[in-house]
Amino acid sequence: MSESNTLSVATHVGDDVQRVDDTAKLTGGAMYASDLVFAGMLHAQVKKSPHARAKIVAINTSKAENLPGVHAVLTGKELDYRIGLYVVDKDILAKGAVRHFGEAVAAVAAESLDIASRAVDLIDVEYEVLPPVLSQLDALDESSPLVHPDLGSYDYVKASFSPQPGTNIPNITKIRKGDIDAGFAEAKWIIEREYTNPSVQHVPLETHVAIVEWKAADEVTIWSSAQSPFTLRDLFCRAFKLPYNKVRVIIPHVGGAFGGKAGIHLEPLLACLSRKAGGRPVKFQATREEEFSLLPCRSALTYRIKTGVGADGRITAQKLLMYWDAGAYADYAVNVTRASAYSAAGPYDIPNAWVDAYTIYTNKPWGTAYRGFGHVEFFWGLERHMELVAQVIGMDPLEFRKKNLLKPGSTTLTGERINEHTGNPLKCLEAAAKAINYGRLTPEEEERQARTGRRIGKGIATLHKAPAMPSFTTTAAVIKMNSDGSVVVNIALTEIGQGTATVVTQMAADRLRFPVSRVKVAVERDTDKDPFDWQTVASKGLLLTGNAVIAACDDLLRQAYSDAAQVLRAQTADLDHDAERIFVKQRPEESVTFAALSIGYVYPNGNGIGGPLIGLGRYTAQGLTSLDKETGQGLPALDWTYGAHGVIAEVDPDTGEYKVIKIASAFDVGKVINPGTMRGQCIGGMIQGLGTAECESYIYDDQGRLLNPSLTDNKILTAKDLPEEIECIAVETPQLDGPFGARGVGEHPMISVAPALANAIHDATGAELTHMPVRFEDVWRAIHNKQPIDTWVTKAPADS
Amino acid sequence: MWMSVEVNGHIYEREVTEHWTLLRFLREDLELTGTKDGCSAGECGACTVMLNGQAVNACMVLAAEVDGATVETIEAEAANGELSEIQAAFARNYGVQCGYCTAGMVMSVRELLRHNPKPTVAEIKEGIEGNLCRCTGYQQIIEAVLDVSGQVTNETKGGLKYV
Repeated sequence: MSESNTLSVATHVGDDVQRVDDTAKLTGGAMYASDLVFAGMLHAQVKKSPHARAKIVAINTSKAENLPGVHAVLTGKELDYRIGLYVVDKDILAKGAVRHFGEAVAAVAAESLDIASRAVDLIDVEYEVLPPVLSQLDALDESSPLVHPDLGSYDYVKASFSPQPGTNIPNITKIRKGDIDAGFAEAKWIIEREYTNPSVQHVPLETHVAIVEWKAADEVTIWSSAQSPFTLRDLFCRAFKLPYNKVRVIIPHVGGAFGGKAGIHLEPLLACLSRKAGGRPVKFQATREEEFSLLPCRSALTYRIKTGVGADGRITAQKLLMYWDAGAYADYAVNVTRASAYSAAGPYDIPNAWVDAYTIYTNKPWGTAYRGFGHVEFFWGLERHMELVAQVIGMDPLEFRKKNLLKPGSTTLTGERINEHTGNPLKCLEAAAKAINYGRLTPEEEERQARTGRRIGKGIATLHKAPAMPSFTTTAAVIKMNSDGSVVVNIALTEIGQGTATVVTQMAADRLRFPVSRVKVAVERDTDKDPFDWQTVASKGLLLTGNAVIAACDDLLRQAYSDAAQVLRAQTADLDHDAERIFVKQRPEESVTFAALSIGYVYPNGNGIGGPLIGLGRYTAQGLTSLDKETGQGLPALDWTYGAHGVIAEVDPDTGEYKVIKIASAFDVGKVINPGTMRGQCIGGMIQGLGTAECESYIYDDQGRLLNPSLTDNKILTAKDLPEEIECIAVETPQLDGPFGARGVGEHPMISVAPALANAIHDATGAELTHMPVRFEDVWRAIHNKQPIDTWVTKAPADS
Repeated sequence: MWMSVEVNGHIYEREVTEHWTLLRFLREDLELTGTKDGCSAGECGACTVMLNGQAVNACMVLAAEVDGATVETIEAEAANGELSEIQAAFARNYGVQCGYCTAGMVMSVRELLRHNPKPTVAEIKEGIEGNLCRCTGYQQIIEAVLDVSGQVTNETKGGLKYV
């Protein structure tokens, strides 16, 4: 009972325990929000803007209102609420102006989907179309139209963000470390270049869906595919100024989320429709097309990196300028900006650094959280840059990285000192490099190259990420014993496919010394019944919820020992337990079963003592601080998970066509809780990363209209697109405050896949790729229109 | 129109709306919600069901077309509460994450194995190509198919490596 979280006896932790949710999902029995139907339920449809920027001159809803079967029609005019995560800048329906293609301008609730669709078609909207702001760099120009002229009047989270009224900038994050000028003065080489990413879509197989009923006396119930029930409730109650105990959020099974279902989306609109329709439940599920522009995407990024390198290959200074395209609303983009800024140099020791990271409004669908939270985007530039810098200074890219990696004693951009327990980026990098035989071609690869006429190249890339979350992020778990000695765990961390329910089952079973069959993690999340959790995001669930679950198990055991001590006429110090019973250490035959204690112990004469065994565990991120607004110094990171990818690619130098032969990736997860689910998370992320690397991208016309909102025109990878070989490697440097030594790895597998691929293509062909995605035609262009490398070296040794 | 269709061994007689798809008929009329709607456009495969013994995207078939036909959905895959061999192999090999593509994926694997009891990795990839999965990266699903077709070898057996 007194072991540390790291040292618990493990019998299930570390094993391939089968997923606890697979039978329900394999038999079609798992219920998702899209499967739910309620008596009296109405169906909503949304009228969307065909323009990226326009004034709304008039909306005529009378024909829609008169259509039989329509119960509510809404426009922005009658909705006096504003929502926003960090900067409160979004109306529930556009008011007076539309700011992006696909924005909701009116909505209908009707008795069937067909009637709702017809009603939406009957709504007439008159627009005065205006020229849109489409490039985030143009939006910085003083002459640019303002996407939000009222930015100065919006509420925002003052501890973390810095909106600039009168501009298109809802946030700037600055990091200052060391002396940037002295660092560049010390450099032998200075290399500066720009890298870009487009917006992409999360593409969960289940699109966003919610059902909301707003009954008399403001009793609101929300069923949603959202990731984070408590944050959804928080934002909802703030927008409508409702007491929190009036609003209940229920999350059934979720069909994939990837960050796109964090925060709040359709729920406020459906709530207003329900209220107007007399409290009937109103359901809406986005079509695949709506998923691309009525709902948010991942922000585009332009990343300018200027690196000074000394004669010994050590980086002396780095100036890092990030221009994040928020789209029409600040949503998560301001926090993506912040989290990316403090991570911006990657797992490298940079003595002198300067980061200016801008979030910029444009007239495009807005960006939100997406697996990696900015890191997929900026690591594209960073790890391409490391490759290109190594080339300029004439050092092997692996050696250049190793020379500059963080190691015990290094400090991060925000001044955090790394120690031997933080994790081991070097071991990850070496494992990934070894797995692809980095630096040479094997005889088989030589033979393959000769046979096919295609060039084989190898590339590596590193990564790191810490959870991006408030410094005081907190969570709780409740564990309740049933009268047969089995337990049910209640947490608000949602199961979105990542395997949370399974690993929590394993950790609880081990902490209690029970078999996993005696532990159930409740499926549905319910803010009226479950203990608080901030959100299901940021790869923070395993560490925070894991620690809370361990504390809850200990609390339950404490109660059980206390009751058993009374029954057995012993002191708790005299007792020990196994899966079935608590016994006196010296005389194990003197014992009482957990089942007998579970809901209160009953003596033979009928007297009862004790009561239901219910353990409560809480955990709060330890020691984190806000960042200084001028220097960015502070402690933002609960834990750093390091990783690295190795990619072998085969490229046709004539056409630019390529194929990934192998991807091998290593992550320092502290402790593997479940090898099968960890490998699943990793491969899933690696392939999602390859998809955004190879082909995914939003494409707009010059009026800001999205041209490819479908899975036909915005492809994601299929099984046929997989690499020939996929290898997933675990490094285990225990996290001292992690449950069983573990840290999160949910997002990390997707980060830096793209630069590892591009580095392999570069190795094969010399193609200097700087833009994502890397389509075949981009490789061809890079091979044939290559600019000489010295156009972006601004300082080099005289003799070089 | 009035029609009769056998679904999972039961005969259903129903008036169907002409423009409704088989997917909508299954989910909304018969309340068989195990079959999922991921795109309504034949692109994602989440709604794959067996129609007269052949896998189809239920969103691409009109309900009216299945008059007199036999349809099987994921709800009929497990018998007497026991997972089918395909389902059990998915479970053993971590072929399920969020679960939204799973029903369609299982149907496509059934179709593949019906024609080809021992598919190669390339044939498995071809067989599930029409089923998008955003969570798993497909690898553990491919391993599940190798497993259920009795083809797991040291070379094809997946596993996490440790250094």
